[in-house]
Amino acid sequence: MEELIDKLKLQIIEQLNLEDIEPEDIDADEPLFGTGLGLDSIDALELIVLLEKEYGVKIQNPKDGQKIFYSLKTMAEFIQENQ
Amino acid sequence: MINNSLKISKYCHISSDRVLVNGKPFIENINGLDNKSFLKHIYKSIEIAYSKFFKMDEISKLGFLAVEILLKDINLSVYNSEDVSIVLSNSDSTIDTDYNHQNTINDYENFFPSPSIFVYTLPNIMIGEISIRNGIKGENSFFIVEKFNAEIVVDHINSLFLTGKAEVGIGGWVNFHQEKYEAFIYLASKNGNINHSASEVNKLFNLIT
Repeated sequence: MEELIDKLKLQIIEQLNLEDIEPEDIDADEPLFGTGLGLDSIDALELIVLLEKEYGVKIQNPKDGQKIFYSLKTMAEFIQENQ
Repeated sequence: MINNSLKISKYCHISSDRVLVNGKPFIENINGLDNKSFLKHIYKSIEIAYSKFFKMDEISKLGFLAVEILLKDINLSVYNSEDVSIVLSNSDSTIDTDYNHQNTINDYENFFPSPSIFVYTLPNIMIGEISIRNGIKGENSFFIVEKFNAEIVVDHINSLFLTGKAEVGIGGWVNFHQEKYEAFIYLASKNGNINHSASEVNKLFNLIT
């Protein structure tokens, strides 16, 4: 899990162009949206693409998005459960 | 149509080798940086902190930086946000971003359209970024023309001014295609020493070439 979270940190920084953010700045348990990284709705769409492209994982029910993208940890758990 | 009531108080040029403010050198690309690196260098040089900048496409970054430099030390808050207009133009629209987006959907087996690239496939998105950053809510237009046409920009801003729809106009040209890019942005209002006419705007535009 730790390895996957570290990989996700790098992928998110690159994919979302978080120029001023270092991997160690991202707390795996902290909310991804609303505070901290300052992600927006386009970033959410980009995260959906990232899951499909890099992990072959699709979100079947859009309503689950809020729960899946709550934090890096919840993202990693979703990937592990669905790969 | 020439309306001598509007004046130009400040203007800014950005090209691949330098940034000029009122025709004077402001930042030089002494290390021959490529476009991405030079725009980042300008961003760092003017000491702003706006993380959204890094999410923009290259043409939006270019226009954003030109307006940042233009409005430095200018207090736009003395105007109603609805009275500040933006009229920009270019010849290549967002062609580089269009290609970037196309590259995400070319391969049927690797078909992952990027939302963050797609949202920048219109040049007036750049105006949106500038407006959000500066709290501008006035009229705006983006013209795509073969080459810089001062009359279109000047007449449009003057028209907004004459019909009471704007007190200030940010006008100019922001073009970006591959490694060739140029921005020329000026501020027109009741203050300034240069007439807001097509001939004067053409003279200022040509300072970069």
